[in-house]
Formats: sequence, C-alpha cells, structure tokens
Amino acid sequence: MTTVDEVRTPTAPHQTPAPVPRRSRPHWRLRLRRDWPLLLMVAPVIVLLLLFHYLPTLGNVIAFQDYSPYVGIRDSEFTGLANFSRMFGDGAFWSALANTLTITAFQLVFFFPIPILLALLLNSVLSVRVRTFIQGVVYLPHFFSWVLVVSLFQQMIGGAGLLAQSLRANGFQAVDLMTNPDSFILLVTVQAVWKDAGWGMIVFLAALSTINPALYEAAAADGANRWRRLWHITLPGLRPVIVLLLILRLGDALTVGFEQFILQRQAVGAGAAEVLDTYVYFEGLLVGDFGYGAAAGLFKGLVGLVLVLAANKFAHLVGEQGVYSRS
Amino acid sequence: MSSHAVKPLSRPARHPDRPIWEEEPTLIGRLGKPVVLALVFLIIAFPLYVVVVTSLSSTEAVTRAGGLVVVPRELTLAAYVQLLSGGVVTRALVISTVITTVGTAFSLLITVLAAYGLSRPGSLWHRPLLFVVLLTFLFGPGIIPSYLLVSSLGLIDSYASLILPTAISAFNLIVMRAFFMGIPTELIDSARIDGAGEFAVLARIVLPLSKAVVAVVGLFYAVGYWNSFFTALLYLNDNSKWPLQLVLRTYIVQAQVLPSGAGGVTASPALGLAPAPSLAIKMAIVVLAVIPVLLVYPFIQKHFTKGVIIGAVKG
Repeated sequence: MTTVDEVRTPTAPHQTPAPVPRRSRPHWRLRLRRDWPLLLMVAPVIVLLLLFHYLPTLGNVIAFQDYSPYVGIRDSEFTGLANFSRMFGDGAFWSALANTLTITAFQLVFFFPIPILLALLLNSVLSVRVRTFIQGVVYLPHFFSWVLVVSLFQQMIGGAGLLAQSLRANGFQAVDLMTNPDSFILLVTVQAVWKDAGWGMIVFLAALSTINPALYEAAAADGANRWRRLWHITLPGLRPVIVLLLILRLGDALTVGFEQFILQRQAVGAGAAEVLDTYVYFEGLLVGDFGYGAAAGLFKGLVGLVLVLAANKFAHLVGEQGVYSRS
Repeated sequence: MSSHAVKPLSRPARHPDRPIWEEEPTLIGRLGKPVVLALVFLIIAFPLYVVVVTSLSSTEAVTRAGGLVVVPRELTLAAYVQLLSGGVVTRALVISTVITTVGTAFSLLITVLAAYGLSRPGSLWHRPLLFVVLLTFLFGPGIIPSYLLVSSLGLIDSYASLILPTAISAFNLIVMRAFFMGIPTELIDSARIDGAGEFAVLARIVLPLSKAVVAVVGLFYAVGYWNSFFTALLYLNDNSKWPLQLVLRTYIVQAQVLPSGAGGVTASPALGLAPAPSLAIKMAIVVLAVIPVLLVYPFIQKHFTKGVIIGAVKG
C-alpha cells in the first residue's frame, strides 16, 4: 500500500514530484474542497453502519443492567456482572455452548475436507463443458435459504418424506431423521455440506488454477506419478488457502449458523439443537429478559472477537498472509 | 479415410486436452470419476426434481403415490393457479418481490457509491472511513441490542426493518472496491482532465467497466433479501406482512396453517379453507421460493469466481 498521496489536481497534471512526498500533502481544507464528492458518496454507508452496527454495539451496556424497556437504557439500574454470574450458573447456557463447540468441531472434521476433495476432482475433469455444468449445479444450493434447505430435507428424509414413504411402501418401519436428537449433529452437517460444500470449492478451484502447469510437466519428466504430483505440487499449492480457511473457521467457532438451528430446534428439542445464538434469541428476546440475553450475546461476541484476532495472529505466526492483512 | 481402422480398439481416443506427458487414467479413474460426479449431481438435483414434479401433480396422483411423486403423471398447474389467485402466498410473493427489488436497488446504489468513494488513493480521510467499514467484520452488535434499536426507531412491523439494518454488506463493499481499484488510473485521470467530476467518472468510466462485479454483488444482495428470514422473524409481528420465507417455514417446516386473523387473509380461497394445504400446494410454494434464484443464476454464475476471489484476497 502506498502512503504517498497522489495529488489529483486536474489543472496541474504535469507537476514535478516534490522532493519529500510526505510533506507535499496539501492542507486538509484543500483536500476537502477536492474530495468532498467522494466523502458524500461514502456518507450513506457510514451513516447506516454507525446507526445499525456501531450504535447497537454500544447498546450492549444493557448486559450490565437490569434492563427494562419501559425505563430505557439511561434509567435502568446497573447491576454489574449479575447477568453474567446468572448465565454462568445456568446449565442450559453451558449446554448451548457445548453444543456449539461440538458442532463446530464436527463440521471441521466432516465438512471442511469435502470442498477440497470436490475441487481436486473437478479440476481433474478435462472437458470444460462438464466442468462448468457441474460447477453451476453445485454452487446453486448456496443461494437457497435455510428455510428452503430444511424444507427439502424434510421432504426427503422427514417423517412424511420420500424415504419414509418408500420404506413404508416396501413394508419396513418408517424412520424420521429430522426429529432424532441423537443424529441431529449428523443431520446439520449433511445439510451444511449439501448447501455450501460446492460454494466452498470456489476458492480451492481458484487456487488450483494458479498452480503453474510447468511444475507438473517437470515433475512428470522426473518420473513422479500422479499421486506424487498431487502430494508434492497440488497440495503445497493449496496450502495457503487451506490454512487461511481453517483459521477463519476456528475464529468463527462460536457461530454455527442461526437459521438452520432456529428452524429445527422445535423438532429435535433444545437439548440437541440449542446453540449460543438460539439461546440468546429464546432466553433474551422471547422471554423478554433483554439484559440477560444481551449478556449472553456479548459473551459470544467477545469470545468470537478474541478467537478471530488470535486466529489471525496465529496465521501471521505460521507465515501465512492471514485474514486481516497488516497493510 | 482409413485412420479409423488403424486406431487400436482396446483404448479410447486420447483426450485432446490431456497434456502429452500425462499418463492415461486407470480404469478406476475412468469409471470412478463420472460415477462420483453423477452422484453429486443427483444429490443436488433429485430433491428439486421431486419437489417440482409433486407440485405439478394432481391431487389424485399425489394420493396414489402416497406422498411425493417421483414418476410424473397427470401434470397440472392447478396448485400454482390456486396459489397465485390471491391469498397468503400471493401476498407474500408480492412482499418478497418488492422488498428484494427495492432493497437490492438501495444496497447496490450505496455500495457502488461508497466503493468508489473509498477507492481513490490519497483521498481525504479514506483510511479512517475504510477502517470503520472493515471493523464491522470483527464483531456483530448482537441480536438483542439490534432488536432494541429497531424497536426504538419505531421500525417494528415496517418493511424498512427488513431493508435498512442489513442494507450494507461490508464484504460486498470490499469486493467492489477492490474491483474499482483495479481499473487503470490513466482512464480516470484522463476523464478528469476532460473536466469530469467524481460522479461523472463513476457513471461514465467506472461503472461501464464494472458490469460483472455489479451483477455479482447485485445477485448477492438480491439473494440475501429474497432469502431473508431471520430479520422478518425478529421484526415483523404482524403475519399479514410476512415475506415468502416465513410463509414457507409455517407451512412446510412447521406444517401449520397461518394463524387466522391475518388481516382478512383467511377469507381468501387459496389457503383459508383447508385445514392444511395439500402436498402439491406445499411443494408449489417451495418451487415459487426457488424460481427467482434459478432465473437470475445462469446469467451471473460465470462471474462468481472473479468476485469471490477478489473478496478472499482483499477481505
């Protein structure tokens, strides 16, 4: 990133560069006169972000209050960490936290490798037409809403779905995989794979396309077979992307997806489907215990922030570019 | 031509795209790959196929199949006619369409403006402003404070609550900014020399060169609005204002009928009379929720890689 300011006065296009570029920066009033249209352009976004992102972030003070909507933030009584100590004493909170972390871990093992494998497979397909067609098909579910995905799953493997229907028609006991708390973690992972594995492939495909084909040819000339080439050229080529996405996922460990769980919580029960986000929603919003819900949400946000920063720090440590590069 | 006879019969022709140094695939590779790809294709396409066929089937055909229809017979548009002739679903479709259109236009407009405003190197305060945008990646405000804000602004039960809080996606903004920064500065400078202001430069030089990224970002926004479920769940108590996704959840996922008293909706012929809508109608709702995505998708799909990669590199 350049730190040198480019002076963009249209009247003087051929100014000789000043000897010390840093000092040549014009007075801010001059730049304001020049750049006000740009600032005007940015203004709506900044206003929206301040209003709908930063202002509610400040609103998290109610986590430290016995907040009542009738009294308002200003006049509600401060109770210190009471909400938090209540939360840490609540078994349901720990259960939600445990569910969240289990699901993240499970998806890391069973979801994460699939886009990589898919990308490798698709990359090895020679026919461009087959490749674009399959890509188009596997990207598609990413653009479906969770409601739709859950609906489709229900129609396929739910109690009244196609699977149960054909089992019954053939004289077997019908199963309902949509309401079984024991297999719920498997179900949500399969749903996530169905919806997003294809989309997740996109980054790996791009990384694969940047690998120099001459490397493969040279390796082949040296007698490396296809598996050796995969091991010594393809996988190292993918390494930065894999590390980056792995770290991103770790940083997002407390976020497993909201709608997917809120939609299915009723069917399988809170024991299996309660994650931190749904906990905040039910305990805070539906019960109307705003201060308590905000405390749980703040906990999630802060731990999430620490995880992201730590993950990024870790990325820099292992020599990768990281997520938020230090430009 | 006798080349036909010369070719060894045991091996298939060498693929023209296969590099000369690469060995021929083994039998497993030759058979396994198509099988896996076909499987992947079926896993995604089959549910959609079944849903579409069921939605097009007559009530008798659905009853005979004992649920979802796999083999199409007696196809009819009855379910769609019923759904689209007024009632809850028609209304939800209109609401979703309007929200998607207005929301996408608004989001796209402010994203383009801000992306350009932040893309000129050395402009006043662009670093701190960019920082304000990037910082939003690191934390979310949380559900409860967001809800309280929307409620204190008086936006509960208003359609604006579905648009304004989610109107700007920092990711989309960064993707677009990165694209704008890739446009050669010479083009922009020459326009400036000709006396064009920033707005003119954006409209006449930058935008015409950025159709691809605008299309992709527009699709992202549109899909976001079309699929928006959670904001509607949070901010709309009045179920006569529900967009399609909430209707979908109520009918399909929860298998309920909309609570009566939904603003005269129950009097409508489409869904008011039956205790639960028939399976064909249910599946038709599902199809109606997919169709817009399917319609736009083919035109924009080819630009995905570029857009996402820029986002991944710069984000």
